[in-house]
Amino acid sequence: MSDLVVGTLPVAAPPRRHASRRFFRHRLAVLGLVVIVALALSAAFAPWIAPYNPDDVDIANRYAPPLSLGHLLGSDDLGRDVLTRLMYAGQISLSVGVAAMAVTVIVGFAVGAFAAYLGGWVDVALMRLTDTMLCFPSVFLLLFVAAFVTPSLASISLMIGLTCWMELARVVYGQIRVLKSADFVAAARMVGAPVWRIILRQILPNVMAPILVAATLNTANAILLESYISFLGYGIQPPQASWGNMLTNAQSDFLVDPWLAVMPGLAITLAVTSFNFIGDGLRDALDPKMQQQ
Amino acid sequence: MGRFLVNRLAQSAVLLVGVSVIGFALMHLAPGGPLAMYTLNPTVTAQDIQRIKVQFGLDQPVWVQYFKWVAGVFTGNWGYSFFGGQPVREVVFDRIPATFELMGSALCLSLLIGVAIGVLSAVKRGSLLDHATAVAAMVALSLPTFWFGLLAIFIFAQTLGWLPAGGNRSTDGGGFLDALRHLILPVAVLALVLVAQWSRYTRSYMLEILNQDYIRTARAKGLRPSRVLVNHALRAALVPLITLGGLQLPLLVGGALVTETVFSWPGMGLLFVNALGSRDYPVLMAILMVGAFVVVLGNLIADILIALVDPRAKITHV
Repeated sequence: MSDLVVGTLPVAAPPRRHASRRFFRHRLAVLGLVVIVALALSAAFAPWIAPYNPDDVDIANRYAPPLSLGHLLGSDDLGRDVLTRLMYAGQISLSVGVAAMAVTVIVGFAVGAFAAYLGGWVDVALMRLTDTMLCFPSVFLLLFVAAFVTPSLASISLMIGLTCWMELARVVYGQIRVLKSADFVAAARMVGAPVWRIILRQILPNVMAPILVAATLNTANAILLESYISFLGYGIQPPQASWGNMLTNAQSDFLVDPWLAVMPGLAITLAVTSFNFIGDGLRDALDPKMQQQ
Repeated sequence: MGRFLVNRLAQSAVLLVGVSVIGFALMHLAPGGPLAMYTLNPTVTAQDIQRIKVQFGLDQPVWVQYFKWVAGVFTGNWGYSFFGGQPVREVVFDRIPATFELMGSALCLSLLIGVAIGVLSAVKRGSLLDHATAVAAMVALSLPTFWFGLLAIFIFAQTLGWLPAGGNRSTDGGGFLDALRHLILPVAVLALVLVAQWSRYTRSYMLEILNQDYIRTARAKGLRPSRVLVNHALRAALVPLITLGGLQLPLLVGGALVTETVFSWPGMGLLFVNALGSRDYPVLMAILMVGAFVVVLGNLIADILIALVDPRAKITHV
């Protein structure tokens, strides 16, 4: 549970200019942003800049160590280039992270917003559902579902999103409960705006800050979850590479080539740490009240 | 206190009912239903599947099956494993002690280290130590647990040979020391994330508390700084820390699952992953329920502890 859950009163949003200045003052967050942009670019342009084809098998050059001729980060058990596969795997892992985050935000916002805004039995039903879902350790739930669904980029993102929306729903719920009685919302209601319009046009812009922070941290978490279920074999299937499934054989190959276990894990750690730092920076920048001293 | 207890117990019961309904629905929504595994096997005929369905009661309406299952939970009949046919209750209960051994050790260790780091960095706020632990905690929270576990096995078990690579006991038995040696790596890996969380939260609570008037008063009275820190400040931080302990449980249980699979630790997590492979629904369902039960129970205990420590909680939390 993050400190986001502690419902602070939504304050008047500080001018955006100040927020971005505060963000760029957070050095680690800026570093995180640079790393993510670099990872995303190298993944997106992999077909053009990667030294090899990700499925090029070269049995003569198996288990090449890093920095060896032709293979900057070495090659794997089939002689495929590790750097190339890391770049292509980045496409998968980063896409899953972002797509799962989108699902989380949409579901979490919808549940939290409708529960808080409509109140009554809708509130009770939706928030009880949220509480109940929070009782399951999310890894169990995710694996349970993942084992029965044919894995694909879309299905994995959907599953991760659908098992991780609860905390965001609680954040949104807390914020909107307070906002609901604000004058401008009452005014919109009086001129007869429909509920969905009030939620999207009046309320959403005012809860953007905590959602943005939660979304960033959720992306980090989704990348971690994808790597774990792919590692266990219920996620992205080989020969398609994901950072998680590149580690699947690491245990048996360790004595031959320990580097095969190190590289993909470093990529995961780098991406997740960066997203977490960006989230931290955003929190400091967007809501001075939430800032940790 | 009585009314508070009754209220909280009722809430927990409602949660458990919700958990069981969701778990049961998931099991029956799965493509092919609980017998999906058999339909893939060419030697199993349609008649066989029908017979198995009748045998396990799967031909009845879902809600009848649900109530039968609930009744079974209370009478000790948790169904039978599809794989091997042993009673689910035995299969799962056999694994609980190992999981609790792992979770309990990790929780205690992380609590000690995490709170100590948190207090230190709050007291030495802005120092090099404070910044270093902040960055270290963030990286620790971002590490994929399973990868960190693999690296730990490579380094300390396979390369250096100092510690065993997996399991919780040597095959030839071994005493307390043997058990301890098996515990070190998995506990260290599981505790790392928890230490990071405890230290971050302790730090922010302590910073808030150290600015309070009564701390200034205590200092002004000339009490020793260590006494102010422990008797006044840390005691006040107890309430939010207990809440965090409750909220952290899903993370702890989930983390235990991941750690167990990497270290072949014979607990519920490893059983869960093995049962996934054989689509053993009754076992999966039981573990899902035990996991959720631990979380609900943990939150209940946390709330009761808080009510004992801080009488105000009884009013606000009801």
